[in-house]
Amino acid sequence: MTSATVRTSGRRPRGGGIRRGQTAAGLLFTAPAVILLLVFLVVPILMALWVSVSDWGGRGSPFSGAVNFVGLKNYAAITSGGGLAESDFGTSLRNNFWYVLLVVPLQTALALLLASLVNTRILRGRGFFRTAFYFPSVTSSVAITVLWFFLFNPSGAVNALLGLIGIKGPNWPADADGVLHGLLGLVGLKTAPGFLASSGFLGITWWDWLAGPSVGMLIIISLAIFTTSGTFMLLFIAALQNLSQEVEEAAMVDGASAWQRFRLVTLPQLRPTLFTVLTLGLIGTWQVFDQVYTGSKGDPGKTTLTPAYLSYQAGFINQQWGQAAAIAFILFAIIVVLTVFQRWVLRERGVSKRRMRRGGFTPGDDGRYRAADRTLTAAAIAGGVADRRGSGGNL
Amino acid sequence: MQRRIPRLAAGLVAAAGVLALTACGSGFSGSSSPSGSASGGLTSSKSALTVLIGSSGDAETAAVKQQVAAWSKSSGTKATVQAASDLNQQLSQGFASGKPADVFYLGADTFANYAKQGSLLAYGDQLKNKDDYYPALVKSFTYDGKFTCAPKDFSTLALEINTKLWDAAGLKDSDVPTTWDQLKTVAQKLTKGKVTGLVTSNEYQRLGAFMTEAGGNLMNDTSTKATADSAANKQALTYVQSGLKDGWWKFTKDVGAGWGGEAFGKQQAAMTIEGNWITGAMKSDYPDVDYKVVPLPAGPAGKGTLQFTNCWGIAADSPNQAAAVKLVEQLTSSDDQLAFAKAFGPMPSIQSAADGWKQAYPDFSAFIDSADYAKGVPTAVGSTDVVTDLNSKLASLKTADIGAILSTAQKNLSALQG
Repeated sequence: MTSATVRTSGRRPRGGGIRRGQTAAGLLFTAPAVILLLVFLVVPILMALWVSVSDWGGRGSPFSGAVNFVGLKNYAAITSGGGLAESDFGTSLRNNFWYVLLVVPLQTALALLLASLVNTRILRGRGFFRTAFYFPSVTSSVAITVLWFFLFNPSGAVNALLGLIGIKGPNWPADADGVLHGLLGLVGLKTAPGFLASSGFLGITWWDWLAGPSVGMLIIISLAIFTTSGTFMLLFIAALQNLSQEVEEAAMVDGASAWQRFRLVTLPQLRPTLFTVLTLGLIGTWQVFDQVYTGSKGDPGKTTLTPAYLSYQAGFINQQWGQAAAIAFILFAIIVVLTVFQRWVLRERGVSKRRMRRGGFTPGDDGRYRAADRTLTAAAIAGGVADRRGSGGNL
Repeated sequence: MQRRIPRLAAGLVAAAGVLALTACGSGFSGSSSPSGSASGGLTSSKSALTVLIGSSGDAETAAVKQQVAAWSKSSGTKATVQAASDLNQQLSQGFASGKPADVFYLGADTFANYAKQGSLLAYGDQLKNKDDYYPALVKSFTYDGKFTCAPKDFSTLALEINTKLWDAAGLKDSDVPTTWDQLKTVAQKLTKGKVTGLVTSNEYQRLGAFMTEAGGNLMNDTSTKATADSAANKQALTYVQSGLKDGWWKFTKDVGAGWGGEAFGKQQAAMTIEGNWITGAMKSDYPDVDYKVVPLPAGPAGKGTLQFTNCWGIAADSPNQAAAVKLVEQLTSSDDQLAFAKAFGPMPSIQSAADGWKQAYPDFSAFIDSADYAKGVPTAVGSTDVVTDLNSKLASLKTADIGAILSTAQKNLSALQG
């Protein structure tokens, strides 16, 4: 669009001709959205940025004369100095790190599984299952959090079920023990080896970083997987329905088994959707707030404290607005860096032309078809009908 | 390029969700010119008062509305009561916008945060009834040497005893523990089968009572000096630890209860330590459990307990501070406080109303009798976080190194004054 405008204005005298006034009209039509974005997005972000480098205490405007610029003092307070603010921030990052590490892969896998299941044609009552799986996503997160904590009550339904098979369930909401610490304890590693206990990062020792999610955190982890996998299932269903049937049939003709078709044909074609789901998942999980706010408030033993909740706490409870804004910006940086990293990991890798020629394929001009072609080769190899030249060492 | 933009935008939009958390409290009014409360004079105008309360329920809201309406009628100044859904958040938004509620509830643990930012009017010394408040409560609401806000009401910790289990263990009225040794003896007798002698939560807000009985506390009475690593505190926690090791004392999380009242109501505990809020919970949730309330046993340094309190804050930015002070005087008067006590049970913050409360609640007089020696929790700016951190460590007190726990708390509390 931009290049078209440039060309037009380059050829014609400015302001003349049939397209005269189009720029003004365009600006006019986009103005409501742009103004909304400015007022509710750009300005608040800039204000928060200012607060994060100021000593604003929460009274009156942050732009009044009494508020001073303090440089990176707020950032320093939460990332160094050995105080409580630092160890709280470190703890919250630790908690959220384990949360993301468990929730993102599990919810993506579950969403893909559910989508594949309800997308098969032989399933009866597909409409019912789609609705059922999507239902948790449209339920109010406050209501479902309350319900979830009720289920995980020490004398609740989960422990009753565990009791049926002879397991005495833990006191979920009050158990601050790290799961990974528990597992390490099983293999005899009950106390920290010296090198892990003596040094650390952000005010907590490496041994504590390795604690894993606490038993209490598992409640929120399972809740997040339960509620969000429905949303992402919807994205996967839409993507699955867009896939061309011919490619699938071609793979069948090649003799690929159902698992091979899924792994080597379907999955690579879902790459754009997979990227969307992983990105949304990554962003959402790093910002987990409402479950903590309504459910656990950081308990047990600060193991469900997350940066988003810590930011709220620092601002609204402790009136440390500068630190609260600084936490929000560090969180923002983490999300951007991880998203860029993930984009790099999931980038389209070009296949060498020579290899394509040998395989008898010509590169398509569209990324998607190229991906599909390549996987067809792979599927064919897996099916055992292709010649073995492609896998030779002379590339 | 075109494909990247929407994704980056999506990232920005989502990240802004977190930023909005901080941004929405900051407000846009650049015109607010805070009127200094240092001048001594109070602002006065015709404007109506807004009263923001963090209510425990309908009974409390209705009672406050009624008393405020009565004051409005007699004084001629209009006043409206709002029950906040999240008091701290709504207060913060008010202070940031320069248009806060005029009169509001304020917890002892958060009041110093607001006092530090200058949002509060320090009006305590202008109250006519200022000498009638319990001195320990006044200390809790003194910031920077100034009596900032009038205590609204308070609670103290006492020992609740399940009378049926007590009798079943062959104990008599004369066996009610008055020392730590006696507490241990009766708790051991009461520990039988599924019943534990004493069950409390693992917070400083309960165990701290034993620190005061040993003569210590986390900070001094005015919260200006950290005293966490004192020998008295160590003695108190050592006593608790020995109880946990012997098994006659358990923490609520270890019996699967959310708080002491739950373990007590479900009869997993023969005794617990809670404040006067337990009476309401017992009445509504466990009406069949018979119990009595006695003062906490004395420690090596005599009697002790912890108190928790709220105050009536008045905003420094209020255009009608004079009327607000008058309203608070009325709301903390003996008549009004007793009306509140009858409606929803809080203990009056003034000494002259104590007898009236005892008449209304004769079975629970142990709570108000403890007021004479009760100590407050730390109120210094940032102390809430230190206590939360301490509580997370007290959870494993049974096997923990008490000296290390207390020295961490000492380090964190000392850092607050720096």
